[in-house]
Amino acid sequence: MDWQAILLSLRLAAVTLLVLLPLAIAVGWWLAVTPFRGKAWIEGLLALPLVLPPTVIGFYLLVAMGSHTWLGQLYERLAGQTLAFSFTGLVVASVVFNIPFAVQPVQRAFEAIPPEIREAAQCCGLTFWQAFRKIELPLAWPGILSAAVMTFAHTLGEFGVVLMVGGNIPGETKTVAISIYDHAQAFDLEAAGQMALLLLLISLVTIAVSYGFVARLMQQRRAA
Amino acid sequence: MSVELELRHDGPPLDFAATFPAGRITALLGPSGSGKTSILRAIAGLLRHGRQMVRVDGEPWSDPRTGWRLPARLRPVGLVPQHYALFPHLTAQGNVEMALQHLPPSLRAQRVRRALALVQVEELATRHPRELSGGQKQRVAVARAIAREPRLLLLDEPFSAVDRGTKRSLYVEILRLHEALGATVVVVTHDLDEAAQLASHLCLVHAGRLLQSGATAEVLAHPCCEEAARLLDIPNVFDGQIGTADAGGQALMRWGPHTLRVADRGPPRGHLRWAIQPGNVLLVRPDKPWDSHLENPVDARVLERVDLGSDALVWLTPAGLENVRLQMRLPARALRRFPVRPGQEVTVCLRAADIVPLRTPGEQGA
Repeated sequence: MDWQAILLSLRLAAVTLLVLLPLAIAVGWWLAVTPFRGKAWIEGLLALPLVLPPTVIGFYLLVAMGSHTWLGQLYERLAGQTLAFSFTGLVVASVVFNIPFAVQPVQRAFEAIPPEIREAAQCCGLTFWQAFRKIELPLAWPGILSAAVMTFAHTLGEFGVVLMVGGNIPGETKTVAISIYDHAQAFDLEAAGQMALLLLLISLVTIAVSYGFVARLMQQRRAA
Repeated sequence: MSVELELRHDGPPLDFAATFPAGRITALLGPSGSGKTSILRAIAGLLRHGRQMVRVDGEPWSDPRTGWRLPARLRPVGLVPQHYALFPHLTAQGNVEMALQHLPPSLRAQRVRRALALVQVEELATRHPRELSGGQKQRVAVARAIAREPRLLLLDEPFSAVDRGTKRSLYVEILRLHEALGATVVVVTHDLDEAAQLASHLCLVHAGRLLQSGATAEVLAHPCCEEAARLLDIPNVFDGQIGTADAGGQALMRWGPHTLRVADRGPPRGHLRWAIQPGNVLLVRPDKPWDSHLENPVDARVLERVDLGSDALVWLTPAGLENVRLQMRLPARALRRFPVRPGQEVTVCLRAADIVPLRTPGEQGA
């Protein structure tokens, strides 16, 4: 069992979640409540990682992080190392690749709040932040939870983008998915099987618990 | 507080101007889609588009000339939306407390209790909206709306989702609240009986326009035009011809072979659309010595009679007007004393004061 890879994957999933979830809440809310021309294009752009092969996204991210681009150069100047093949690069790639998994459930959750509820909050004299914190966030909570679980589980299992952007550096970019691949390539099927089973169990438990929780919440809401 | 309004927008069409008197209950009565809710939303500051002028006690809340728009959250308004819009994740107490966030937490609990007590749902404070009936939700929504002690209370078809018994007790609650708070109240409804029972001031709205406004009793008795008569559920709308006045100067109207005196202040000569409430068509008992005191007697034949609990509707065809259907509403007890049945010849009296001349569509802007 490659515990270093497992811990790295968990760390990557947690950091991705911390970075992406606040962004997803902001973007999801904005898309849910703001009608504007060209919205379908923005939504399409954000959904691209769902349909593009991971290697295509990985390729473009690798190019964008290279030392010939402004992003790569800026990071090199600040951190003294390249963005590609680093844990930070992996986080950037993971955030980009998980955008649709985080934004879409959040957007749907905010869209499901009836406009009359928002208007009632205004007529109660609530400021934007009061209404957001006390009314909208609690009502969108099932969607936000789904987004968090999908992002976390998806990051744990991501392979193609991680391999393209991060390579296979133990302790830095070698995640559990890469490690399983490595062990399978080396015919160490027992280690690969143990890690695959662990990944399967973590993903199953996380998703099942969150689905059950969300279903219960939605049932209560529907009864209201 | 009096409310002056001028609203205009294209989709759906709205071209509305009216003043709602201070301290009274005004009903906006009109069919679905006539723009009533948009009017309420404009007062509450929730209508985003169109040209809006809202002035309350002379203070501008929305002014299209300067582009000024007082944000909804700063308007001293309590709104009860059609489907209540209670916050589903909060208890009744939590819902009311949301309207009191401007107060220190220590003062909120007392105000919440007082608001819930005013609408008699104190015992439901810890329940969530899903655990409340339609009438209870409505009461909690009213408690939330009045908790901030608004100067203006707006009710958007608040009784549409409750049963008849609950509706009646809620009318009483609203009237009591109005008495207690002294706030100006605007109620949107498409229910004529509701408007008549609740409001002292009535605005008839049709296709985004104000048809007529005034004291409820006056509007109900004297619709200004055919649309208003239709909104007031008056089926008796007919054509007549105003001719020369009688010796006393009172206008005379030809209606087929009948000549009727008209009390209205001198409608112009020529064609006239007119209406009469079914309840104002009076059955003349033949056993009474009326002689010349009988006002505007019209002979008619009974076509149909339908008993509706304490009332009965009777359809008549006046003599010489075979295509005309005149509806009469009679109390059931009157019919017990003097029963009418289809085919029977009767005399009815259309009092001059009850004959209401209507403006034609071309005159409606006048």
